[in-house]
Amino acid sequence: MDRLLNVTTGLSVLMLVIVLFSVRRAHIRPEYSVTWLFAAAAMLVLSRVRPLLEFLRRLTGLPDAPLTLFLMGAGVFLIMVFRFSVILSHLRDDNIALAQRVAILEYHLKSQREL
Amino acid sequence: MVIVPAYNEEGAVACVVESVHSCVPGVPVLVIDDCSEDSTLEVARRAGAQILALPHHLGLGGCVQAGYKLAYELGFEYVIRVDGDGQHDARDIPRILDRLKTSGCEMVIGSRFAEANGARAGVARSLGIRFFRMVLRPILGKPVHDPTSGFVGVNRRALDLFSRSFPLEYPEIEALVVLQRKRFRFEEVPCTMRPRQAGRSSITAFKSLYYIVHVLLGVFVNVLRFEGRRRTPPAKEE
Repeated sequence: MDRLLNVTTGLSVLMLVIVLFSVRRAHIRPEYSVTWLFAAAAMLVLSRVRPLLEFLRRLTGLPDAPLTLFLMGAGVFLIMVFRFSVILSHLRDDNIALAQRVAILEYHLKSQREL
Repeated sequence: MVIVPAYNEEGAVACVVESVHSCVPGVPVLVIDDCSEDSTLEVARRAGAQILALPHHLGLGGCVQAGYKLAYELGFEYVIRVDGDGQHDARDIPRILDRLKTSGCEMVIGSRFAEANGARAGVARSLGIRFFRMVLRPILGKPVHDPTSGFVGVNRRALDLFSRSFPLEYPEIEALVVLQRKRFRFEEVPCTMRPRQAGRSSITAFKSLYYIVHVLLGVFVNVLRFEGRRRTPPAKEE
């Protein structure tokens, strides 16, 4: 159990570091890094604060703490995936609208030149 | 205006443009090139079409909507959509246009099944069409014989609507539900459909299942958006 929590702690810290470095190097925009940072911080807190993990285990009725930690992590990542799907959908809509606008403007520009 | 969405249709698009020009002389033909990898754009230009060249591949819905947006901005009252693969007979365009003008409905569909004219689709497509007829009947409140037909004419009201809201993938069936959302009307006129003249259909056997699920979801989402179901506050008496 302790070893598992130590591993999760290590992974959470690693994730925090990677995300922060990625933001610093502009590989990921700050507004999109917040979700990752939140997920890493949540995993870190759950790994280090045993009473909180125990409280969540009792709340969810799960048989043991590692399973609770695993399910909490999976839940956080599912929420993140959903959030990124929403962002992707917006980006795709914007991208299509922009592509259409570019094509229409090029059409108008060409028409003006031919006049 | 006649709009022709085209993606990799270099073998058929010239014939489509020329036949439209000969059947409805004087009507501008706009080929919307969905970033084809072949010479569709040059072939269409040489055939005398105006070109709307998309900067990257958007798929059929995005491609058609770009044409609708441009036609709306240019002030056209009626727009006929003809596929770039040569399946639609341009001689049917005047009939669709006449029905648009005389019926007052917002959309006219060129249907291969509106009358028993012996038209046949492939087995899978026939099954799909029957299935969607069944699904759409209660939603639209009237039967639609050829819901997957891409041979359609729209008036300015529908053009305005489609410029703002148009399904992006497999748009034909969902577009009917989008129309219904606004309580717009459509009619069908019998038309001839030919086998595609060149190239290959984008809908493969593997994609058919995805098509059905995707379109069903789109129909369902559009039904949920029906404006008639929203509660509007009662108007204040003056």
